[in-house]
Amino acid sequence: MPRSTKDILAGLIFIGFGLAFAAGATAYDIGDPVRMGPGFFPLVIGVLLAILGGVIAATRSADEEPITAPPWRAAGLILGGIVVFGLTVRGLGLLPAIFLTALLTGLASRLTSPIGALLLAAALTVISVAIFVVALSLRLPLVGPWIRI
Amino acid sequence: MELVDNLALGLTTALSPENLFWCFVGVCLGTLVGVLPGIGPTATIAMLLPITFSFEPVTALIMLAGIYYGAQYGGSTTAILINLPGETSSAVTAIDGHEMARMGRAGPALATAAIGSFFAGTVGTLVLVLFAPALASVALGFGSAEFFSLVVLGLIASTALARGSTVAALAMILLGILFGTVGQDLYTATPRFTLGNRELYSGINFVSVAVGMFGVAEILRNLEDERGRNIVVRSVSNLLLTKEDLRRIAAPILRGTALGSALGALPGAGHVLASFASYTLEKRVSKEPKTFGHGAIEGVAGPESANNAAAQTSFIPLLTLGLPGHPVMALMAGAFIIHGITPGPSVIKDEPALFWGLVVSMWIGNLLLVLLNLPLIGVWVRLLKVPYRLLFPAIVVFACIGTYSINQNVFDVYAIAVFGVLGYVLVKLGAEPAPLLLGFVLGPLLEQHMRRALIISHGDPTTFLTRPVSLALLIVAAIALVLAVLPSIRRRREVIFREEPT
Repeated sequence: MPRSTKDILAGLIFIGFGLAFAAGATAYDIGDPVRMGPGFFPLVIGVLLAILGGVIAATRSADEEPITAPPWRAAGLILGGIVVFGLTVRGLGLLPAIFLTALLTGLASRLTSPIGALLLAAALTVISVAIFVVALSLRLPLVGPWIRI
Repeated sequence: MELVDNLALGLTTALSPENLFWCFVGVCLGTLVGVLPGIGPTATIAMLLPITFSFEPVTALIMLAGIYYGAQYGGSTTAILINLPGETSSAVTAIDGHEMARMGRAGPALATAAIGSFFAGTVGTLVLVLFAPALASVALGFGSAEFFSLVVLGLIASTALARGSTVAALAMILLGILFGTVGQDLYTATPRFTLGNRELYSGINFVSVAVGMFGVAEILRNLEDERGRNIVVRSVSNLLLTKEDLRRIAAPILRGTALGSALGALPGAGHVLASFASYTLEKRVSKEPKTFGHGAIEGVAGPESANNAAAQTSFIPLLTLGLPGHPVMALMAGAFIIHGITPGPSVIKDEPALFWGLVVSMWIGNLLLVLLNLPLIGVWVRLLKVPYRLLFPAIVVFACIGTYSINQNVFDVYAIAVFGVLGYVLVKLGAEPAPLLLGFVLGPLLEQHMRRALIISHGDPTTFLTRPVSLALLIVAAIALVLAVLPSIRRRREVIFREEPT
């Protein structure tokens, strides 16, 4: 039976995760069935996952649909936006973090111009603060220590 | 009568101004995300979970539940009016509902959906009231061996009923279970798979997993092929049904409600499967099956009733056994846990106001939805014109703020990106994210009960087979597994899910 690239890749991912967790589990005490150590359960599940990954890679029939290209630029901007939020929310505070994340993710759309993204980011910052800080009284500093000096 | 007392307690809880207000907010939000394609109830509930932190537990659950069943309503509105199902379960409604709209009968189609949904929601709630306490009292007698087998059954059944490859779904469950083992071991406090990060001692945050896999991954998929939406909205006039219409929808509504109530309580696809199964059933029993696909009102009445009934009864496994049947219920389980309540058989006894308040609020919420949806249809449709390019940045920003606010832990924010990428890659390779989330939530429970059962039995693994209830559950799980892998059943499932857009 012909195999599809999708199944082989999916199988390999599952094998990779399964083996990684199983190998990691051997670093902990495996124990015995009466007193199982912390390594026992992940070891068993990891091995099972690797086996299933092998089955998927080896036996599933062909899938005629080709894999479409991922939206690299959009993905980079969105994931970058999320990481930037994590990097700045403590130092710069909530306001700048929201603005930067909204700006980057806004740019991810090809239909949004840079000026449009700026406006969107400003609007989203105001809306987020209104919802989370004013309406739901979330206690997070709006401006962080990096700015206050 | 005890039942009357309980319902009275539920009514006072659900009708308190605060709870009523948040129930209203919940169903409004639910309708909104149901109407908007590209964001579903799973991602919404995951994002809003953190902000319900400061609420009373019952208020939080009432609102989150409202989002879930509200989304079922909203999805059918857009399915009928613009042939764009906001939710997978309303994809079937679009087949005949949109045909009716094209023939100028959008009003009756919407009214049918509303009547069917409300009736089914009422019956579904009643089923919950009647069966949940009985099931919970049975489950109270369960030991660790029984719970282990129950979780195994729940996980396997969820793959049997889900769409796509069964083997891939099983693999996703195992992967979810493995992610669930990250953090300190319950018995020895040994930190596992933390790679030296203190932030991971308490485990991977499950809001990050849910928002990443259901929110960010979905956005990435939508941006693969970005086009402006061009929407033609049919005008709605005359919501009244004729006598002939009423006669035609009565039986499909009853059948859909029965089917939905039964299927909803099973772990797995729940409301999605229910609406597809109901459509198939109506087509089979109809005297004129040829009219299906060409604006048959039965094809709207049945599935709409089925999916709403299922939305209500899918709370049964969660509230009685602590076993979430699908991702939204897994999030509800998370909501319980955040508020320090373990979902399971003891909830009804220990937190009667919460249980009955939630149940009664679902009925009130359904009533609100009818009142809200029919007169305000124009407003919801106008919201559809909000372009996606404005919508997805808002989703990302809200997800970041919400997740960060739980523990003020930036690690949780990075985890969103990681699970977003993983979810996107796996979906592209044909593995649905839902089983992973279930495995992630149920994995720790599985390990805990397995280890406890083996300690009690002094390491004798036959304990799972010698206790009759545990054995019975495992046998059912084995049958479900065999059936799911059998080719003939798989083919039939593919037929049921064929018309569903991914």
